[in-house]
Amino acid sequence: MLMFILRRVATMVLTAACLTFIVFFLTNLEPNLEKVAKSEAGSRISDAEVESWLERNGYTRPIFVRYGEWLGILPGWTGTEPDGRPRGRCVDRAADKANAPRYCGLLQGDWGFSTVFKQPVAEIVATRLALTGILMFWVMALMVPASLLIGVLAGMREGSRLDRTLSTFSIATTATPEYVSGVIFIVFLASNAGVQWFKGTATSAMDGVTFENFFLPVLTIALYGIGYIARMTRASMTEVMTAQYIRTARLKGMSFPAVVVKHALRNALIAPFTVIMLQFPWLLNGVVIVETLFNYKGFGWTLVQAAGNNDIELLLACSVVAVFVVLVTQLISDIGYVFLNPRIRVS
Amino acid sequence: MSKWQHDGPILEIENLSISFFTRLREIPAVMDFSCTVMPGEAMGLVGESGCGKSTVALAVMRDLGRNGRIVGGSIRFKGRDITRMSEAELRDIRGSEIAMIYQEPMASLNPAMRIGRQLMEVPMIHEGVSAEEARRRALEVVRDVRLPDPERILRAFPHQLSGGQQQRIVIAMALMSKPALLILDEPTTALDVTVEAAVVDLVKDLGRKYGTSMLFISHNLGLVLETCNRICVMYSGEAVETGSIAEVFDRMRHPYTQALFRSIPLPGADKNTRPLVAIPGNFPLPHERPPGCNFGPRCDYFEKGRCDAADVPMFRVPGDARHETRCLRFQEIDWSAPPRAAKPTQKTPVGDVVLRMEDLRKYYEVSGGLFGGGGTKLVKANETLSFEAREGETLAIVGESGCGKSTFAKVLMGLETATAGRILLYNQDIQDTPIEKRSTETVSSVQMVFQNPFDTLNPSMTVGRQIMRALEVFGEGRSDAERRQRMLELLDLVKLPRAFADRMPRQLSGGQKQRVGIARAFAGGAKVVVADEPVSALDVSVQAAVTDLLMEIQRRNRTTLLFISHDLSIVRYLSDRVMVMYLGHVVEIGSTDQVFSPPYHPYTEALLSAVPIADTHVKKKHIVLEGEIPSAMNPPPGCPFQTRCRWKGEVPGGLCEREVPPMVTLAPGHQIKCHLPREVLARMEPVITIAAE
Amino acid sequence: MEPLGWIEILGRLVQQFLPVWIALVLTFGLSIRFKRRLGLYGKLFDSTVGMVGFALVMFWVFTALFADQIATHNPLTQISGMKNKPPGTPVAGGPAGVYAYYLLGGDNLARDVFSRMVMGAREVLKIAPAATVFAFMVGITLGLPAGYFGGRFDTLLSFLANLVLAFPVILLFYLLVTPEIVETGIPTYLAAILFLFPILFLVMLWNSRFFTQPARRNLYVALTLVVGLWLYAGLAFDADPLGIVSMPANILIVFVSVVFVNAPTVFRIVRGITLDIKTRDYVAAAQTRGEGPWYIMLWEILPNARGPLIVDFCLRIGYTTILLGTLGFFGLGVSPESPDWGSTIDQGRQLLSIAPHPALVPALALMSLVLGLNLLADGLREESLRD
Repeated sequence: MLMFILRRVATMVLTAACLTFIVFFLTNLEPNLEKVAKSEAGSRISDAEVESWLERNGYTRPIFVRYGEWLGILPGWTGTEPDGRPRGRCVDRAADKANAPRYCGLLQGDWGFSTVFKQPVAEIVATRLALTGILMFWVMALMVPASLLIGVLAGMREGSRLDRTLSTFSIATTATPEYVSGVIFIVFLASNAGVQWFKGTATSAMDGVTFENFFLPVLTIALYGIGYIARMTRASMTEVMTAQYIRTARLKGMSFPAVVVKHALRNALIAPFTVIMLQFPWLLNGVVIVETLFNYKGFGWTLVQAAGNNDIELLLACSVVAVFVVLVTQLISDIGYVFLNPRIRVS
Repeated sequence: MSKWQHDGPILEIENLSISFFTRLREIPAVMDFSCTVMPGEAMGLVGESGCGKSTVALAVMRDLGRNGRIVGGSIRFKGRDITRMSEAELRDIRGSEIAMIYQEPMASLNPAMRIGRQLMEVPMIHEGVSAEEARRRALEVVRDVRLPDPERILRAFPHQLSGGQQQRIVIAMALMSKPALLILDEPTTALDVTVEAAVVDLVKDLGRKYGTSMLFISHNLGLVLETCNRICVMYSGEAVETGSIAEVFDRMRHPYTQALFRSIPLPGADKNTRPLVAIPGNFPLPHERPPGCNFGPRCDYFEKGRCDAADVPMFRVPGDARHETRCLRFQEIDWSAPPRAAKPTQKTPVGDVVLRMEDLRKYYEVSGGLFGGGGTKLVKANETLSFEAREGETLAIVGESGCGKSTFAKVLMGLETATAGRILLYNQDIQDTPIEKRSTETVSSVQMVFQNPFDTLNPSMTVGRQIMRALEVFGEGRSDAERRQRMLELLDLVKLPRAFADRMPRQLSGGQKQRVGIARAFAGGAKVVVADEPVSALDVSVQAAVTDLLMEIQRRNRTTLLFISHDLSIVRYLSDRVMVMYLGHVVEIGSTDQVFSPPYHPYTEALLSAVPIADTHVKKKHIVLEGEIPSAMNPPPGCPFQTRCRWKGEVPGGLCEREVPPMVTLAPGHQIKCHLPREVLARMEPVITIAAE
Repeated sequence: MEPLGWIEILGRLVQQFLPVWIALVLTFGLSIRFKRRLGLYGKLFDSTVGMVGFALVMFWVFTALFADQIATHNPLTQISGMKNKPPGTPVAGGPAGVYAYYLLGGDNLARDVFSRMVMGAREVLKIAPAATVFAFMVGITLGLPAGYFGGRFDTLLSFLANLVLAFPVILLFYLLVTPEIVETGIPTYLAAILFLFPILFLVMLWNSRFFTQPARRNLYVALTLVVGLWLYAGLAFDADPLGIVSMPANILIVFVSVVFVNAPTVFRIVRGITLDIKTRDYVAAAQTRGEGPWYIMLWEILPNARGPLIVDFCLRIGYTTILLGTLGFFGLGVSPESPDWGSTIDQGRQLLSIAPHPALVPALALMSLVLGLNLLADGLREESLRD
């Protein structure tokens, strides 16, 4: 078991390294750096000036070296200004220029400085992530029970009227991406075209969550996932319900609800559990769309700002967090699957 | 325990009719079915797949699913009509009064629940006993089904047990509440023969001990003979004959029963002098049943205008107590007339050696489990395999699961290469040549017929194209037209209508698919054909026809046939020589007569005793092997069979546990791998004796 | 002129869609008539869910085909005074000869919402199915050998697939679909790799089947190479010698990204099915008659995997449509003029409280198309399992 977790963790670290490198590579492409140079040193500078600015700030060295510095496994570059002041990756950002550390990267907790928000990246990510955490908590609290309930009820008796109704509902929600359902909700539930039960923006929710300002964004994200997870649960449930051991249980003389609760449920929930965990990359999508749509300044909104304004350090940090969240949930899903499924556990 | 007292028959089914309703039509599955099971009686329900026998069982449980409905008749259990019971009443008798056991033991147990909990549930639901009491009873029943270490078993999950152990647990579960009626639906089909014998033995003993009546559903007449007092033969939704075992087996009064017995290989049948008689035609589809007698179109005694005039009722056979038949002409037919003998054929003379194996070994390296614990393990799938096969000869390879017969086939075909040893095909080494490096000629001369007819043909290609593809690859024929002609001739060869060339495999029955598979194997004029259990998945009445076809083509082409099977009856019927394998070792090899008569290898002896034979004249010695077949991953030291051998005590000094026995030649061509001294071997008695008629 | 009431608007909409109705009636009439002879497609007409889904999908397909006849205005023309006007507003002071009403109102740039929605269908249906086809080609060409051979190759490919799948889609889009990336030429390289797969796939397909008949094999392979490489040059490098085939760089990057995101999932599905089917006896039969691995993969395994693949194909077009909408919603890769549904929703959402219709109309259109595809997939799944 330990071996298994270790191997999974090793794969995870490798995946994380690959993904962060890809992100680093894509954000540090020549045209992006040119843009940085122009925004830092003035937009009218010539190509040669851009070149020398990049040179001076250590951007012309090999990409792997820069990646290593950013990660914090290679010492930051150093140099001197024309006027003799010491310069360097770590020197520039240290308060005490003379005793700047040799390493200053992700692993040292130095995430850089955001050019858009004029704030250290670590601070921004922390505050924004907390806001998104609140959103995700409510999404999960709504989505998981609702989808499992729908899936189990639908799959319990395949082909029944209840099944058909719930299945159609789940198909409809999977056909409605967040930007569509969000628009529809705002139009009909939060504007003068329909009823005005809720607020069309969640900006005020950043100070205090109320049902009125938070229900629509939560519902919008959850709805898309509900359909998907419910369908998975239903498929798994119908499969289990036709299994021979369910017949065995029924022919032992158990009542239908007892069969469902005691024999079917646990087996039927193994598959959806993994699905829920693997939903995270998708939920991030939903978060970005909904935070943009409802103007809730969380992690997704920050990501959009960073990408839109070529804020390289912030974008890198956001990517790292996103990749990390996705990989950790995958790990949890793998381990959880093994724990839920005794067949795998022992072999 | 019993919920109410009743002293009539346990189960009385009268004129039961069951239909399944689909979107298009109503499909009658069972029509006018009647039978009675008395207390303590075991009733065998026999028939081919699709005859409705399982439907009857499920109807007794009232568990027909959403589409099935009982459309007529009654089922009285201890005098109460089950068809009129409410859900709550049904729940009350299910599991406590009637229990059911089915084919796949693994599927019958909840994979995520410990065995103990699954067993304890039964008395807890029905008698409301405490958990401790239920656990005590579970332990008792697990002991009753002769499982070792019951405490450990109760804590185990189903997948930690072997197939035989799982089936014992299923039986234990059924017996938890001491039901009055036990329904067994093909309970041993998924098990190996020696394991099956032990389970059957157990069921018989427990039935006697608990006084349970049984409804035993099977396609295997031999198994019914061994377990039941009475039998009911079903055909296409109807009971065609019912009576006591002796009546039906020895004085059958229905043409279908007769045809069935003539199409199975009983001792005495022989491919040359007394060939099997196949039942002509095909089993009718449920919505295409003929008018009148369902068996009419395939019956030798069919009389136009009479047999197809109206539905045939059951007739009481005069003179017998509870013997009935559904045949209008049963009193006119001369039942003792010998079968219209299919023409006996000459024994094919055996030619030169075509294939020779010398000390073939095949080892696999298997990495330890999912979690990578432990290093790699060496699985010895084949150990020192040596034999030769001659032109026109049928060599049977017999063994249960894990004996290495499939691995051997793979190595021969070139899908795997040998670890050591040689394979000589026409004196040419081929053991190290994987199939992609073999010449077209070699490839086309060694071909294979597969086991599962539903899997052997590509479902999305027409039958004709599949055969033509084989011709193409083997370089037969110069143009598409020529190959098409060849393909049609091959269809003729396997006795399929030429129109089948344009059909898709799903439009064919199992037997027809198997014929296409044979045609494809012979497309390139194969010299050596490996037939991997080619008929074991087919219905009894079709088996004979396919077997005969294979024999006929072999005779014509002088092919060497390697017939892999676990069914000793068919092996005795068609093979010239037999090779018995156990855990990768050849334990016995010799001519058919030599292997089937003493002295035996102890494993052969047990195997012979385990195979059920559907003949009341046959007396068998009762040998039940304890334990399970060891895993090939973890074979026992010394002789592979020593863990289950009943003769082990005859070998002094624990030699069996230390050394793999050498191959001993007992007679010319007869070798066994056993430490037993010759005088002990000479003491062995025949397992099967045929009582004089 | 008076603004139209809702019933009048509806009447006129139905009238505008006349070519679609005719085409739909024809399709359904013919299909139902011959449904017993049409295989799985025919069986679709036994399932209500499947028929509803098919009708919705075909509605949009025909709308895209007949968009020029259906649209009442040019999707880019701005008519003064029509800014954010509600549905059914008469066109006042427009040039003569134009349709007299904005049936579904005007957007914030005074363009006709209805016509933009109709033209948007064309945009979506131009890219989504094609991108899905390419994703399938890539997924199949890699998934089959990964499942069939297993080993290191499989480990590597599965790792790469998981890598892409672990990447949040939105992040990938933000990193890939930018003008800067187009400048570096990365999309061209990616396209050069991804677009090679269909050619590879077809060449393998012909070669494995007809290697016994070299003449026929050579003909098929040559034809594939000529047509394939011509399209390849045009699409990936914009270097069509005849100048017919080309793809603008901003569309190319969208296309490539969508293929890139979808292919790993297809890969996983194909790999899974292959692992299952390769244990069947007919595969063993093919092996024992000495067939090459590519014949077995492409002609023995792939045709028998078609059921789940067709179902997934429908679902995936829907998913791709949603992805394209997401891209449009964030204004990635599409020109602001483009009438595609995603960007129209984005433009409309700022003014939801004043004029909801510019966002609502494309939102409902997109939803109905994806719903249709999902229902179609569900119907197909149900019917293919029924055998």
